[in-house]
Amino acid sequence: MNQPENPTREYLAAPVKKVGAAAWLKDNLFNSWYNSLLTVLTLLALGYIVPPFFKWAFIDSLWNSSADACRDIEGACWSIVPQNIKFIILGFFPEGQEWRPILAMILLLALVIYSKEKSRWNKLLAWMWPVGLIIMGTLMYGGIFGMPVVETDQWSGLPLTMMLSFFGMVMAYPLGVLLALGRQSKMPAIKTLCVVYIEMIRGVPLISLLFMSSIMFPLFLPDGMTIDKVLRAQVAIILFTAAYIAEVVRGGLQAMPRGQYEAADSLGLTYSQTMRLIILPQALKIVIPPTVGILLSAFKDTSLVVIIALYDVLKTTKVTLQNPQWTGYSTEAYVFLAVLYFICCYAMSSYSRRLEKELHTGH
Amino acid sequence: MTDTQPNKSSEPIIKIVGMHKWYGDFHVLSDINLEVQEGERIVICGPSGSGKSTMIRCINRLEEHQQGQIIVNGTELTNDIKNIETVRAEVGMVFQHFNLFPHLTILENLTLGQIWVRKTPKKQAEETAMMYLEKVKIAEQAKKFPGQLSGGQQQRVAIARSLCMAPEVMLFDEPTSALDPEMIKEVLDVMIDLAEEGMTMLVVTHEMGFAKSVADRVMFMDAGQIVEQNNPHDFFDNPQHERTKLFLSQIL
Repeated sequence: MNQPENPTREYLAAPVKKVGAAAWLKDNLFNSWYNSLLTVLTLLALGYIVPPFFKWAFIDSLWNSSADACRDIEGACWSIVPQNIKFIILGFFPEGQEWRPILAMILLLALVIYSKEKSRWNKLLAWMWPVGLIIMGTLMYGGIFGMPVVETDQWSGLPLTMMLSFFGMVMAYPLGVLLALGRQSKMPAIKTLCVVYIEMIRGVPLISLLFMSSIMFPLFLPDGMTIDKVLRAQVAIILFTAAYIAEVVRGGLQAMPRGQYEAADSLGLTYSQTMRLIILPQALKIVIPPTVGILLSAFKDTSLVVIIALYDVLKTTKVTLQNPQWTGYSTEAYVFLAVLYFICCYAMSSYSRRLEKELHTGH
Repeated sequence: MTDTQPNKSSEPIIKIVGMHKWYGDFHVLSDINLEVQEGERIVICGPSGSGKSTMIRCINRLEEHQQGQIIVNGTELTNDIKNIETVRAEVGMVFQHFNLFPHLTILENLTLGQIWVRKTPKKQAEETAMMYLEKVKIAEQAKKFPGQLSGGQQQRVAIARSLCMAPEVMLFDEPTSALDPEMIKEVLDVMIDLAEEGMTMLVVTHEMGFAKSVADRVMFMDAGQIVEQNNPHDFFDNPQHERTKLFLSQIL
């Protein structure tokens, strides 16, 4: 309500807030005896943990040396990462062709970063994606322009992880939305199909799906017919993630007030227009936080493909550690991997928070 | 019952014959018969639970009736989805809780139906939208989102949204019940303007002042039946049924 200021009444200034470091400390860390106690205990614990870690990680450590040099030091041997970086990142991709997966990854990252801005979501971008994906596929597989063919069983390391998780998310999301809509359908056949699918997939672990896709599924194929192993793992990941997305989206659909459907109906919009223009934009926005949770776990779950003998970035690291020269530096190698995963996950979740803010319309 | 319909000779724009509706076993609407002529303004009142909202919601099939006929502008409402969509595009509806689309701007709320249902080009749809926003005196808010407007402003936007579809009939389902007293008047003023322009209106409301000054016919419903209908003068000064008298004594 924009009422004019009333000249007959007095407007007081808000009480002054104390500022400065001392005031902040007193307000936040020492405002009661038990908070003061907790502050002191926390400081003691930090004092006990941080300096030794710092000494191990940064002072006594070696960053790029031979494995032998690492034998003589107390601290971290970070050298394991730069010394083996090619194998950790690219795995078994053939010698001399390394530029291809690297270029493909850069292209994917560039496309993802370019697509971040909502203002760039237009026709041009809709063309850039398929073209980009075809180029990436060509770079990885080769076979033309003098690039030797690299079979998918040699795809490994970070490109494999990125591929499995990127397509896992991008394909699972629309499939999940369709399943959620199907589960709400008034047509019993469609509804039952979706419910059975969702509940079945959610009832089994991803590992069992991967096993089925890699061991059982080929048994049912006619003789001589094979389907690529990476593709089978990819499909398993997509089908698995979609079932979880479907349930989250269903939650969003249920949160929509009936009035929104009625308003759309009373304008004469069809079912698909109502869903596309009114319901889904709002419902999907509500469920951004849980959806991102699922996408993040899908990303991390791609490391399970190791059980069907695909070499994702976690497996290539493990293989590196089996090299007798580098055995014993697993902490350092896993810290590196943790940082790598963290960067990807943090980027996704901070992007989702920004997107949520951008889509907020004050209701 | 006294009939006060203007130009009685022409075909009614809404015709309801022997309509019944049940919610499960509960008989909500019983033997509803109603003819509405073009340009007629009807106010429907009655205690809560009397079925007045349900009745007007049947007219654009937000509720399904199980027996009888509802014919709107020559199209009978059946299970045929095409018929339903035709009727809905011709019948505007204003809700108690506005039901604007919160993720779209005011302007987009108004152009959506025109663009997707009427297939109007975007530019023309925006011109129409701005014209109606002027009319409900809210044009300066076009770029805002519904959540940034007051209740009265939102309800005026909702009216403008329906008008953009160039409806033959407007249904109002308690349009002022969710509003602060200060905002009721701004919404009623818009509705009065609309009535003066000759729009066919069915209004469920408890605003008896509005009924007295605008309605051609006032209808009283109780327990799922139309108990009494008359011109406002006779309805308020000389109600026929005991139930109507009791109701009027309680709200006036």
